Amino acid sequence: MTSQARNQDTAALDSQGANTQVYSWVAARPAPKRIEKANTLLVKFWKFITTHPLDALLSVGVALLALQFLMLALNWGVIHAVFQIDEAACQNARGEGACWGVIGEKFRLILWGRFPFEEQWRSATACVLTLTMLALSVNKIVWTPSNRPFTLGAWCFSVVGFHTLMSGSLFGLSFLQIWPHVDTELWGGLPLTLILSLGSIALATPMGILLALGRTSEMPIIRSICVLYIELVRGVPLISVLFMASFMFPLLLPSLQTPDVLIRVLLGITLFSAAYTAEVVRGGLQAVDQGQQEASQSLNLGYWQTQRYVILPQALTHIIPGMVNNFIAIFKDTSLVTIVSLYELTGSLGLALNGDANWRAYKLEGYLFIAAIYFFFCFTLSQISQNLENRLTKR
Amino acid sequence: MNTLTHLWNHKRYRLYLYQAVVLILLGAALFWLGHNTWINLKQRGIQSGFDFLSDTAGFDIGETFLITFDGSQTYWQAFLVGLLNTLKVSLCGLVLASVLGLWVGLGRGSLHPLIKLFCSTYIELIRNVPLMIQLLMWYVLLVEYLPPSTEPYSWFHHFYLSQEGFAYPGFIWLQSPEGNPTLSSHWIWSRPVFDPQGVHTDFNWSPEFLSITLALSLYTSAFIAEIVRAGIQSVARGQIEAAQSLALTPWQIKRWVVLPQAARMITPPLTNQYLNLVKNSSLAVVVGYPDLVNIANTALNQTGRALECIAILMLVYLTLSLVIAWGMNRTNDKVRHYLKKGDDFAPLKLTQRA
Repeated sequence: MTSQARNQDTAALDSQGANTQVYSWVAARPAPKRIEKANTLLVKFWKFITTHPLDALLSVGVALLALQFLMLALNWGVIHAVFQIDEAACQNARGEGACWGVIGEKFRLILWGRFPFEEQWRSATACVLTLTMLALSVNKIVWTPSNRPFTLGAWCFSVVGFHTLMSGSLFGLSFLQIWPHVDTELWGGLPLTLILSLGSIALATPMGILLALGRTSEMPIIRSICVLYIELVRGVPLISVLFMASFMFPLLLPSLQTPDVLIRVLLGITLFSAAYTAEVVRGGLQAVDQGQQEASQSLNLGYWQTQRYVILPQALTHIIPGMVNNFIAIFKDTSLVTIVSLYELTGSLGLALNGDANWRAYKLEGYLFIAAIYFFFCFTLSQISQNLENRLTKR
Repeated sequence: MNTLTHLWNHKRYRLYLYQAVVLILLGAALFWLGHNTWINLKQRGIQSGFDFLSDTAGFDIGETFLITFDGSQTYWQAFLVGLLNTLKVSLCGLVLASVLGLWVGLGRGSLHPLIKLFCSTYIELIRNVPLMIQLLMWYVLLVEYLPPSTEPYSWFHHFYLSQEGFAYPGFIWLQSPEGNPTLSSHWIWSRPVFDPQGVHTDFNWSPEFLSITLALSLYTSAFIAEIVRAGIQSVARGQIEAAQSLALTPWQIKRWVVLPQAARMITPPLTNQYLNLVKNSSLAVVVGYPDLVNIANTALNQTGRALECIAILMLVYLTLSLVIAWGMNRTNDKVRHYLKKGDDFAPLKLTQRA
């Protein structure tokens, strides 16, 4: 009821001379003042226990469990642990404490695999180069339009540099040899993990985008081919694809042109992760409003122009977090290539410790070491993805 | 010529042309690959065909599930044993991962700082380390850090845990001896027996099985927990407030208001995780658990029939994936249907939330 109507009503009542009662405003009784108790931690604690007894019990249980676990880890990993490279001390502490000396003894084998020992500085330099480029590339500044050519140039340069450092000759050509040649079979450890993950990310992303475009295309045959490919690949485990890469590719290709196992496995991981990338990209494509497509049609843009300048920029922005998660998955998946005898971090650890009877017993420490490396990379990436997600959803 | 230009300018016919070109290229590529394979197989004198499946396998399988196996049996029976082992690991993993994931997910969304911290640490630690490494770690832990079977951990003289695995009691079917009518076949209770030589048992989970099951279920549970948390967060705040105003207890709210609505958001990504779990069970091969991949690998090395073994492997996993996807889609339909019936009481239009 509007105020005007109410006035009219009151006026009408008044004019009838009815016994109208005018309600006047009376101040409410003031709220009782809360007696401020000393809100010490103890009081809070007591209040919590009395109001939520079950929750309190639960948190005590969780705290005890966590404490127990923490104490166990601390006892084993720090207090009783041996930090020197001392085999006898490690033997004494066996079962009681960790032997971190094994990492000091074997870290070169773990990190660089079977790469010739005196040439391992090349592996290290290659890794530092790649990681520096990665660290630089997560900054927004390097991707501004004016800086982008330089960044891409630097990436091309570092890819060539990486290959030169690892193989020993520029572009793999024997007459441009700088350092002693090292066969790809001997590449291992962290550089291999980096090549496999970055290589397959770089190759699978465009392929995934094409597959996603194919899957959402209006051409039935192309659509069904893409759907078939994506669903087939997503239905089988990576191991079977790796087996295929290692056993079947030599059969599928002309007998003289079989590429070496590194390329085959890289191709296998790429073909596998492209299907997953395609599904992420499809999510982004579906999130773009239909009107965008129609608007670009009315501007007489062709199919590729529409995709390149209108749809994809929007779709890809939507899916940055999903893509980063996909990258993390690919990075973790590279640990499987040890099954087809490529010695990346996981495989090179086995290589480093299995062959040495003195240090064979301390595998757990070794696994924890590479788990920490993987955790560092994946956690950093996931934090970046989360920041991006927050920034994108805020907008 | 004029007609051709006309056709080219007509979008539909142009698209037909594109598709024809793609189809021809794809066909050519497939033909090329097939032709290469044919030539390679002939050159290397490799036999092909699935006839080897009925040959004698000649290798033993350490661990079988439901059916028994020895080296005199055939390859296809070996594959069956592998499949059953894969199914066993997958089923155990599915159940454990779901239960654990649900609880950790609830804890992750809890208001308790302590429980929240605990659960998020768990999730982050597990999600960011490859399954492969976790699996190998569990295996090393179980095989090297547990006491030997001569001095196992024991509980109530019925359960023993040692490097040999986890021994537990159960019922076994006692066959009556041939020609002895006085003893009929019957079930007997069998429990592990411990003597100075070690633990003797009819029922044992090997360290390989334990490590793959633990690693798989812990790994997947971290992902399921995140899905559960996201699902719970998607439930409208008003729903919880309404439930509170009806004086439901926190557990009742979770059980009857939040989870049924969250289920709708949870089921599709959960399906993906289940599929991942089954596919990831193939990693069992690295600890030597005789799953399907392990058997296929052995068969491949013995017979050299790479194409056939990998084809079997892929087909079986595809079938498994399809079956799980089908089952989960039915669950999804049920969840949605269940919610629809409730629409009279409460509008549960979750997806329409801004």
